[in-house]
Amino acid sequence: MKKIIVIGNGMVGYKFCEKLVSKPNRNDYEIEVFGEEPRPAYDRVHLSEYFGEKSAEELLMAPANWYQENNIKLHTSSLISKIDTQKKEITTYRNETYTYNYLVIATGSSPFIPPIKGSEKAGVFVYRTLEDLDAMKSYASKIKKEGKAKAAILGGGLLGLEAANAAKELGMETHVVEFAPRLMPRQLDLPASNLLKSKIESMDIKVHLEKATSEIVGNGAIEAMQFNDDTNLKVDMLIISAGIRPRDELAREAGIKVGERGGIWVNNQMKTSAEDVYAIGEVALYNNGIYGLVAPGYDMAHVAVEQITGGDVTMVSSIDMSTQLKLIGTEVASFGDPFIENDDVSVIAFENKHKGIYKRINVTKDGKKLLGGILVGDASDYNTLFQLYINEMKLPENPEDLILGARGGESSSVGSVMDFPDSAQICSCESVTKGSICGMIKDETCTSLSDVVKSTKATTGCGGCKPMVVDLVNETLKSLGKEVKETICEHFHYNRQELYDLIKINKVQTYDEALNLFGKGDGCETCKPLLASLFASIYMETANKQVTIQDSNDRFLANIQRNGTYSIVPRVPGGEISPEKLMVLGKVAQKYDLYTKITGGQRIDLFGAELHQLPLIWKELIDAGFESGHAYGKSLRTVKSCVGSTWCRYGMHESVSFAIEIENRYRGLRSPHKLKGGVSGCIRECAEARGKDFGLIAVEGGWNLYVCGNGGATPKHAILLAEQLDDETCIKYLDRFLMFYIRTAAPLTRTAPWLEKLDGGIEYLKKVVIEDSLGIAEDLEKEMQGLVDKYECEWKQAIEDPEMMKRFKHFVNTDDSDDNIEYVSLRDQKMPKAWV
Amino acid sequence: MEQLLQQYQSVTQNKVMHWFNAGNINDFPENGGACVKYKSKQIAVYNFTRKSAWYACQNLCPHKMEMVLSRGMIGDASGIPKVACPLHKKTFSLENGENLNGEDYKIATYPVKIENENVYIGFTD
Ligand code: SRM
Ligand SMILES: Cc1cc2nc3c(=O)[nH]c(=O)nc-3n(C[C@H](O)[C@H](O)[C@H](O)COP(=O)(O)OP(=O)(O)OC[C@H]3O[C@@H](n4cnc5c(N)ncnc54)[C@H](O)[C@@H]3O)c2cc1C
Ligand code: SF4
Ligand code: FES
Repeated sequence: MKKIIVIGNGMVGYKFCEKLVSKPNRNDYEIEVFGEEPRPAYDRVHLSEYFGEKSAEELLMAPANWYQENNIKLHTSSLISKIDTQKKEITTYRNETYTYNYLVIATGSSPFIPPIKGSEKAGVFVYRTLEDLDAMKSYASKIKKEGKAKAAILGGGLLGLEAANAAKELGMETHVVEFAPRLMPRQLDLPASNLLKSKIESMDIKVHLEKATSEIVGNGAIEAMQFNDDTNLKVDMLIISAGIRPRDELAREAGIKVGERGGIWVNNQMKTSAEDVYAIGEVALYNNGIYGLVAPGYDMAHVAVEQITGGDVTMVSSIDMSTQLKLIGTEVASFGDPFIENDDVSVIAFENKHKGIYKRINVTKDGKKLLGGILVGDASDYNTLFQLYINEMKLPENPEDLILGARGGESSSVGSVMDFPDSAQICSCESVTKGSICGMIKDETCTSLSDVVKSTKATTGCGGCKPMVVDLVNETLKSLGKEVKETICEHFHYNRQELYDLIKINKVQTYDEALNLFGKGDGCETCKPLLASLFASIYMETANKQVTIQDSNDRFLANIQRNGTYSIVPRVPGGEISPEKLMVLGKVAQKYDLYTKITGGQRIDLFGAELHQLPLIWKELIDAGFESGHAYGKSLRTVKSCVGSTWCRYGMHESVSFAIEIENRYRGLRSPHKLKGGVSGCIRECAEARGKDFGLIAVEGGWNLYVCGNGGATPKHAILLAEQLDDETCIKYLDRFLMFYIRTAAPLTRTAPWLEKLDGGIEYLKKVVIEDSLGIAEDLEKEMQGLVDKYECEWKQAIEDPEMMKRFKHFVNTDDSDDNIEYVSLRDQKMPKAWV
Repeated sequence: MEQLLQQYQSVTQNKVMHWFNAGNINDFPENGGACVKYKSKQIAVYNFTRKSAWYACQNLCPHKMEMVLSRGMIGDASGIPKVACPLHKKTFSLENGENLNGEDYKIATYPVKIENENVYIGFTD
């Protein structure tokens, strides 16, 4: 058995291990890995997400036990201090020595700190490891308490802008300082940089170009940056992002050949000048270059594995440096040679300052080949352009169509992904070609997108190729005559509308029955709540009937909170509440020590009730005349009102009365996603009715009815469906509209995206609802009336039935409550203890 | 936190020292779970009627360390019985506690046996 030692457990060092253990002759090798960082390798490319929703654990390249399971000895927190290429031996910082047959150096790089006076001061950071981010986070929160909140980033490159975004997310006033006259000088030309600059400035990040920093000033901690031109900038924190330096110190001291400006020299087999020593990733100097990107590093890992295990794969000679900027809130991409300009090249550029779009492509004079380009503001064509470039594919007759779109009314000028050659590299992070994706489907190794992702790892790196992979999988399946449809999950090969019809026609009553008739397996968290919603929409059954197929909020008729307790939201129709009822809510909240807040939906939320307290609290509320607000269900939430003509001097109709009438009509109605309404008394629109799934605005002569508005992540204004309606017609149209939506929408699709996908759009919807073009209007109305008549408050149902009450207990075998819940106090109320 | 997690170690049938009577089978909803207290532990117990099987695991979700798994929905992924946490829908195998989303954390599982309509969970303590 031969022993391979890997120094560095970063992204590339990890990839080396991953590729090695998948080799058939893997057992001929013993693998031992030494990494300086306290954790196993993590995804540095997505490091910034650590400031958002991702935990350190979620960023790991592979779980900690992966190494053990694959028989790899991993030493974390183990810096290697010496290599002896004669004895074939390495030494750790603790002076332990290990011998190798093969050595792989994957020590990556460290941030370059320019020789500026004062860079050792407190408050100066670099941006490379999780520890760097932790340190920045705690420093920022410390100085913010002292009222200091100004951060600067030294360097306006790809990473610098990412760091700027992070500083912004830490709540700092953010400045970017760049030495060059352009942002992202390695990727963008001047017009592109100018556009990006104004975009970034519109996001409240200030950009200072052509500023050479001469000193970092401050007494112990940074206070200002002094520039060569005698100006300065007061800052409380600085992140240096001025490039990288390969960590070649070990090799240098061991007499292994390194480049003049750093980096361990390697040939196209990833071999260094020393026998059996390889270098890969950001530390390797290949073809006179250090590539600060992960994809070339992965290729190097692949080559090294092949070389060591007896293959003869070598590294390609030209390294692709195409990049997309993540996160900053505007799209930026460059590929190939973005700048090339000479007699053999035509540069085609398009700029729309108003829309903030700049596109440039560099094409050979004969119009045949794409050499590179830049996209700012709209990078949706990046994948296609990149494929044309990297595969040297033939271009359309008028290459300008590539960025301007075909203008002859024909469809897209560039063919579909299916036109790419089999060798086209679709996922560059994992080196997956079109041929291998389509091949796996054709030979039936894979039958779905998830199969393909599992076997090839495509899309798991930067994720940029996802749309293409989806297209390839679907198109290949189609070409094999296999139906591609949006099925619900592995248990039901139908879509929501088909199941709706199947259940209704066959009068299916329970989930189990449906699963036996139309599905397979034992169900899951996707199909169970979906069917629960269908049963509710078809039979108006409450969530008390088939308890264990309900989404967990519906199961307990309350919204689960981050500490496992629940919130309570009684219905307050139209937002109107009497002082007596208001006092009841106050008293109940006080009695059970509940955190109390006015919601964005004109009602009151009481938080922090334990499971066993829910029925007790609801009993008191129901006795006082409240009912469930269905805040937990995919169902009608609130119909927001403005005060309207009863009080308001501008009001045209009684918006509160009408809002209450509508809210009471549709309360408890289960739907594909939640439903919200609004009623405003005049066009001043204080109820924000046009931000709702349905909205009414009082005008001369009646109500204007708007539909399919949305707040949320993709806000949309509702669109006018009909004008000057009387109350009765308004409700008739609403019945038809809502029922049509409930019947036809895909799961978890709000009305706005539903309308967007509806063939014929709003005009078609008008025909169905107003002109009854499908001849189903009467049916829809009847169905809705049936549901309205069957409404029952499910909380009342639950507290009146001892059998149903059984589910509201934390333990079945004792009356104890959950002892894991801890609270802290904030502004005189309780709050869950924060997650670590 | 770590300490809380340390309490939960998977137990296999052959290691059981003590079968704890957790209650009558009717205390546990069909195709759903409920929570049982054993000493300082919280154990989620599932009555997987569709599979005619019972499963038990820690109630603590290792993602955010909340005592919630008994309230999760159960089902299967390619035949493997699983539970989805009610907070962020991470899913775990009920057979061996493996995280089915490919993440690092696992949960501890415990053997269950039914005798005379009583539900017993196997512990080593
Ligand atoms: C409590 C409340 C925030 C507040 O303190 O004000 C709230 C809280 C939650 N909202 Fe909301 N939303 C609340 C008003 C809103 C509003 C404002 C409104 O209704 O006028 C919006 C924008 C309007 C809209 O929906 O179009 C809103 C848009 C969302 C969305 C985005 C929906 C979308 O279509 O993109 C989600 C996520 C989702 O549903 O998938 C969401 C999801 C949630 C969830 C359910 C997240 C979760 O799964 O835990 C929150 C839990 C509530 C709880 O535990 O009680 N909440 N949420 C508001 C309750 C209103 C009520 O009385 O029922
Ligand atoms: C914030 C950020 C965003 C990025 N975004 C992108 C992007 O969008 N696209 C892209 O392609 N690339 C991106 N990169 C670059 C990408 O992360 C690197 O190219 C990649 O991590 C290089 O992998 P590596 O294994 O060569 O080096 P590293 O990941 O740095 O790993 C080297 C490891 O070796 C260890 N080590 C060093 N010396 C020793 C020693 N003597 N003994 C033991 N261990 C040692 C180090 O501690 C480190 O853990 C980004 C980088 C950062 C920091
Ligand atoms: S916006 Fe809504 S979902 Fe997001 S944190 Fe606030 S309440 Fe929760
Ligand atoms: S706490 Fe269980 S999935 Fe997040």
